[in-house]
Amino acid sequence: MSQLEMGRQQWTGPAGQFPLADIARQLRRDVINMVWAAKSGHPGGSLSSTDILTYLFYHEMNLDPQQPDWPDRDRFVLSKGHAAPILYAALARRGYFDPEELSTLRQQGSRLQGHPHYGSLPGIEMSTGSLGQGGSTAVGMALAGKLDKKDYRIFNLWGDGELEEGIVWESVMAAAHYKLDNLTGFVDWNGLQIDGPITQVMNPEPIDAKFRAFGWHVELADGHDFESIGRAIANAKETKGRPTLILCRTVKGKGVSFMENEAGWHGSAPNDAQRLQALADLADPGTSGEPAAQKEVNR
Amino acid sequence: MAEAIATRAAYGRCLACISDKYPDLVVMDADLSKSTMTADFKKVAPERFINAGIAENNMICMAGGLAASGKVVFVSTFAMFAAGRSYEQILNTLASSGLNVKVAATHAGLTVGEDGMSHQMVTDIALMRSIPDLRVMVPADGVETEAMVEEAIRTPGPVYIRLGRSKVPGLFEAGTEFEPGKIRTLREGSNVTLAACGIMVDLALQAADMLAQEGIYARVLNVSTIKPLDKETVLEAAHQTGAIVTCEEHSVLGGLGGAVAETVAESWPVPVLRVGIEDQFGQSGKPEELLELYGLTAHHIAEKAIKAISLKRA
Ligand SMILES: Cc1ncc(C[n+]2csc(CCOP(=O)(O)OP(=O)(O)O)c2C)c(N)n1
Repeated sequence: MSQLEMGRQQWTGPAGQFPLADIARQLRRDVINMVWAAKSGHPGGSLSSTDILTYLFYHEMNLDPQQPDWPDRDRFVLSKGHAAPILYAALARRGYFDPEELSTLRQQGSRLQGHPHYGSLPGIEMSTGSLGQGGSTAVGMALAGKLDKKDYRIFNLWGDGELEEGIVWESVMAAAHYKLDNLTGFVDWNGLQIDGPITQVMNPEPIDAKFRAFGWHVELADGHDFESIGRAIANAKETKGRPTLILCRTVKGKGVSFMENEAGWHGSAPNDAQRLQALADLADPGTSGEPAAQKEVNR
Repeated sequence: MAEAIATRAAYGRCLACISDKYPDLVVMDADLSKSTMTADFKKVAPERFINAGIAENNMICMAGGLAASGKVVFVSTFAMFAAGRSYEQILNTLASSGLNVKVAATHAGLTVGEDGMSHQMVTDIALMRSIPDLRVMVPADGVETEAMVEEAIRTPGPVYIRLGRSKVPGLFEAGTEFEPGKIRTLREGSNVTLAACGIMVDLALQAADMLAQEGIYARVLNVSTIKPLDKETVLEAAHQTGAIVTCEEHSVLGGLGGAVAETVAESWPVPVLRVGIEDQFGQSGKPEELLELYGLTAHHIAEKAIKAISLKRA
């Protein structure tokens, strides 16, 4: 397990006190190591959404890893459930469970199922993996928050390809209808799905205009810029009487040179050499690090 | 030796091969063409390949419209999203109107492996079998898959074909003739019958070998058309062997086991034991590990066969 270099660095404690860029690099390395060890999984869409999850889990959300079921916590639903690796990495480093366990991803008996499973692991708010369904459950959670007159907020993450599912628009309509301003949706706008660019496979554009037409407030953000994400969330919180969509421009495979903007890395695992190259791409500045050194050897 | 190949791979290859022969053939997919292998067809006949995007329900109903306009349509996605998500579209649009749409669902069963329970469809045979006028087919290897694709095209009306992700051993030589709808007896035997479908057929044959070493002779049936069921062959087996074990990569509820048990109970009651997934969810793991964990093994089939024989009435 040590060969996975999972490390023990954790960032627990109140949100807002951690160096987000460092965390994001660590989480991306985790994603690579996990998918490499599992020999299957979804790196592309995990890397594109890493900075969004980093911001939410390490800066924005009101949560307590020691009390995952704390009733007043903010909730995050990963509607694009195939990005499970980044959710698991974020939860582990945040203190929900031991990062050593990350290396069990997708193995028989592991709590880290191929797609998030509610009840298997602390911090998983909903079972997802069948695209489109998570968003509807987030609407349900936001409705419950209103019924109980609670202040907690619900965050949901869709893939841009996922928006092709009809149920997404059913949930978007319901969220506006019930004026769920405690709900913030993100779209990981990386432009790719499995069979190719979203605009070629089944064009969901213009995404912003569609959400506006459905009654949502829409914010555009750079999904790899924490300040941009933060501004959009601040505006979402100011918006009353309707839900907010934060349309995050992202790069599929972000941070790994050979994975960026490549649809082929949606659901395939790096081999040994590719892993080392990826880890070198994701090394902390100023560290040559073992992965980087091995990369030289492998050339 | 017959070729070892995943049934989904045989399916894609077959579609590509026959694209010229059937100019009315249209193939649809929902953003999984490289997994379902319909990408093979897209390569040779891009103008007759329609990607519905990640929108299975819409795909099924669009296929219905194409079929009502004279096309023969194959639609593919994972079994979870075809039989599961689009159950009602298949029922209300395709089957109730007898539309000429062939739902070829891949990645059925536990052998999806690491993706886990959200993608492991183990109730599709039960769901699809409950729909009137829908034929339900489960090929056991690549050669039978190809035969079924052509059979589906020749026979008008809706069909559900269940295909797998993982490679399966070849059971039939290329060019084998199949009698549509008929159960094929792969091995004769008089002590017990092993009625299997899909990947379990090969395991049933292995179980029959194990049993033979103990002097127990098992008849092995390949029940590749589950609906309409070849009741005659099932009842003959009940009559002649007096005990049946069904074997399927599916829940023990309502699938092949259900079909056989219902048939036997009504006309010639004998013990029917079911090897399948015991009314529980799947999980992530390697396909072989999962088969072992859930008891889908030759060994387990042989054990059940001995139990079934012990339950025979004197
Ligand atoms: C209902 C459903 N249909 C199909 C799939 C298979 N699938 C998994 S990921 C994916 C593509 C998702 O594309 P996108 O939402 O853009 O995700 P990202 O590029 O951000 O990873 C598909 C079709 C699924 N998981 N669920």
